[in-house]
Amino acid sequence: MNRPAAPNTFRSGPDEQGMFGIFGGRFVAETLMPLILDLEDHWNKAKDDPEFRAELGALSTHYAGRPSKLYFAEGLTRHLGGAKIYFKREDLNHTGSHKINNCLGQILLARRMGKTRIIAETGAGQHGVASATVAARFGLPCVVYMGATDVERQAPNVFRMRLLGAEVKPVASGHGTLKDAMNEALRDWVTNVEDTYYLIGTAAGPHPYPELVRDFQSVIGIEAREQIVEQEGRLPDAIVAAVGGGSNAIGLFHSFLDDAQVRIIGVEAGGHGLQGEEHCASMNAGRPGVLHGNRTYLLQNEDGQILDGHSISAGLDYPGVGPEHSWLRDTGRVEYVPILDNEALEAFQVTTQLEGIIPALESAHAIAHTMKLAPTMDKDQVIIVNLSGRGDKDVHTVAKMMGMEI
Amino acid sequence: MTTRIDRRFARLKEEGRPALVTYIMGGDPDFETSLAIMKTLPGAGSDVIELGMPFSDPMADGPAIQAAGLRALKGGQTLKKTLELARAFRQDDNETPIVMMGYYNPIYIYGVERFLADAIEAGIDGLIVVDLPPEMDEELCIPALKAGVNFIRLATPTTDDKRLPTVLTNTSGFVYYVSMTGITGSALPDTAKVAGAVARIKAHTELPVCVGFGVKTAEQARAIGASADGVVVGTAIVNAVANVLGPDGEQTADPAEAVATLVSGLAQGVRGARLAAAR
Repeated sequence: MNRPAAPNTFRSGPDEQGMFGIFGGRFVAETLMPLILDLEDHWNKAKDDPEFRAELGALSTHYAGRPSKLYFAEGLTRHLGGAKIYFKREDLNHTGSHKINNCLGQILLARRMGKTRIIAETGAGQHGVASATVAARFGLPCVVYMGATDVERQAPNVFRMRLLGAEVKPVASGHGTLKDAMNEALRDWVTNVEDTYYLIGTAAGPHPYPELVRDFQSVIGIEAREQIVEQEGRLPDAIVAAVGGGSNAIGLFHSFLDDAQVRIIGVEAGGHGLQGEEHCASMNAGRPGVLHGNRTYLLQNEDGQILDGHSISAGLDYPGVGPEHSWLRDTGRVEYVPILDNEALEAFQVTTQLEGIIPALESAHAIAHTMKLAPTMDKDQVIIVNLSGRGDKDVHTVAKMMGMEI
Repeated sequence: MTTRIDRRFARLKEEGRPALVTYIMGGDPDFETSLAIMKTLPGAGSDVIELGMPFSDPMADGPAIQAAGLRALKGGQTLKKTLELARAFRQDDNETPIVMMGYYNPIYIYGVERFLADAIEAGIDGLIVVDLPPEMDEELCIPALKAGVNFIRLATPTTDDKRLPTVLTNTSGFVYYVSMTGITGSALPDTAKVAGAVARIKAHTELPVCVGFGVKTAEQARAIGASADGVVVGTAIVNAVANVLGPDGEQTADPAEAVATLVSGLAQGVRGARLAAAR
C-alpha cells in the first residue's frame, strides 16, 4: 500500500468535505443530506460557543463525574515486571463507560436543534444506556436499536435501558449485532426526519459525526495528558485503547497525535483469529469500502458485500471502524493490532484478580495487548491504557465462556 | 448524447402518457428466474426497468427489498452476475432502458472505471446509487456522465427549493422523486401533495420526473401518473416474487407469470392516468 506523506499535524482533520485523506465523507441517501448539513451547521456554531462549552462542562463535572482518574495499576505492573501501567478510569464515569461523554454533548446539540425524539444504536449496550440516561435527564423519548444477538448477551444493559424509559427494539437481520442495529437506526432516521435526532455512539458515520464524537471524547486524552505530566513529570511512552468503531480510542489518542515520542496502539478484536471470518479486525484484515455514511476499512468479500465478523465483545463486534482511524493507520501514525477472544478473557480475569477492577471486555482487549507490551519495556517507561468501561455487563458472557452457570 | 432513457421518455411524451418504471431485484430468487422475470416486463407494459443490485446492508430499503436482496445473495448473485443479467436481456431487447439501482460499495470494490466500461458493454443506460448524494459526485456521477451513462438522482420531501438546484446539477435521464421520507415500500402519501412536489421540481428542470416509494396498485399508479412523467413500482413487484416462494425457496407458481400479471394491471393504470386527469 502507498503510504500518504506524513502531514505537518495529525490533528487538523477532517477537511471541509469531511474527509481524512480518502476516508470519511457523506455517503448517505438524499433524504438525510439536509439533516446532516443542518447538524454540521449547528455543530460549527456550538463548538465555539462559550455557553455551550460551559453547559457541557458543568454536566461533565457534576453529572458524569469528570475528570476521570488516572490510576497507577501497581499490581498489574509488578506482575508483568516491565513498564509502569496507568489506567484512564472511564469506567468510573456515570453509566460506567466513556459513552456518556459523547451523549452529553450530542443531547445538548439535539436540544439546540429543537429535536424532540432521540434514536441510537448500541452493541454492548453501553451507548444505549448512556443515550437512555441523557434522554431521561432531559425528558426526551428515546428508541434504542440493538441487534437481537446482543439483546441476549447483554441482558443487564437491556433492562437498564428499559428502566430509564427507553424503548429497546431488537433487530433480527444479519447476525443481529451492531451493524444491523445501525442499519435499522438509519431506516428510522430516514423515516422520521422532522423531529428525530440520531445520537450515533461512535466516531463513525457521515460527516460531521466522526468529528463531533471525537471532539466530545477527546476530553479523555486532554485529561490523561495533564494527569500523567502531573504524576510522572512527562508524557507516556505508549498509549493503548481498544477499537471497535473507535470512539474511546480516538478520544485518548487525539491529544497525543503530534507527540512523535508517544507510541500509539489501537487494539482490534481478533476473535478466533484472523485466518477466517470470525473476527472484527477491519484494519488488519479488511480493505477500504463504503458503509454507514463513510469510507473506511471494512470486512467484506470480493463482491463488496459486508461480512458480519465476530467478537466475544459486543462493543467491538462491528465490521467497520471510524474513518480517522483508517487514515491514522495508512499514515502509519497509529499501530493497530489484533487481540484474540481468549487473550481478552485472560486479561479480564488477571485485572479483576490483581487490581480489583472488573474491566469491560472491550477494555480487556487493550489490557491484553498491554500485557504483551509492558514486559518488553523498561521499568521507568510508562503506558496509559484506556479502561473505557466497567465489566459488570459482561459477567454472564464470561461465566459462560468459563463454563459456569450464574 | 441521447440514451435509451431519453428516447423512451421523448416517445412517451408524444404518446401523452406517463412511463411505468418497474424495479426488480437482480438475481432474486436466482439468476435464471430473475432473467425470465426481466424478459416478461416489456411485454407486460413496463417502459423502464430498474435492475436492483443486491447489497448486504441496504440502509434505505424496507423489509421486502431487504429480503429480496438477501435471497439474491444467497442464490449466489454478485455485481458481475447482475451485469450479465442485463447483457442476456439485451440479446432480445435493445430498446427498453435499463437503470441499475443499488448502493455504492459493490461498485467501488468492482472499480468505478471497470464497472462503467462493463455496464456500457452490457447495455446499461443509467444508474441510481442511493448513498451517493451530490456532495460525493466525484466518486461515480462525474465519471458516469463522461462515459455517457445517465446518473439519476433522488429528490425527496426534505430537498427544499434551496437544495433542489444542487440535486439537479449533474442529474440526467430523469429525476426520481421519492414521495415520502422513509424506506422503500412504506404507505403512500396523498396524491395532491405529490402533484405539488412534482410541479415544484418541474419548475427547476426540463427532465422527466418519476415518482416512487409506496405505489402498489393500478389505482395508485393512475393517480400518481396524472401529474408525474413516470410511476415507479418496486416493493409490490418484489412481493409478487416472494409470494410464490415456499418456506424453503421452492417456487409454488411461476414468478415471471406472477410479476407479468401485476405489471399488466399497473400498466393499465398508468395508461389511464392522463385520461382520468383530463376528465
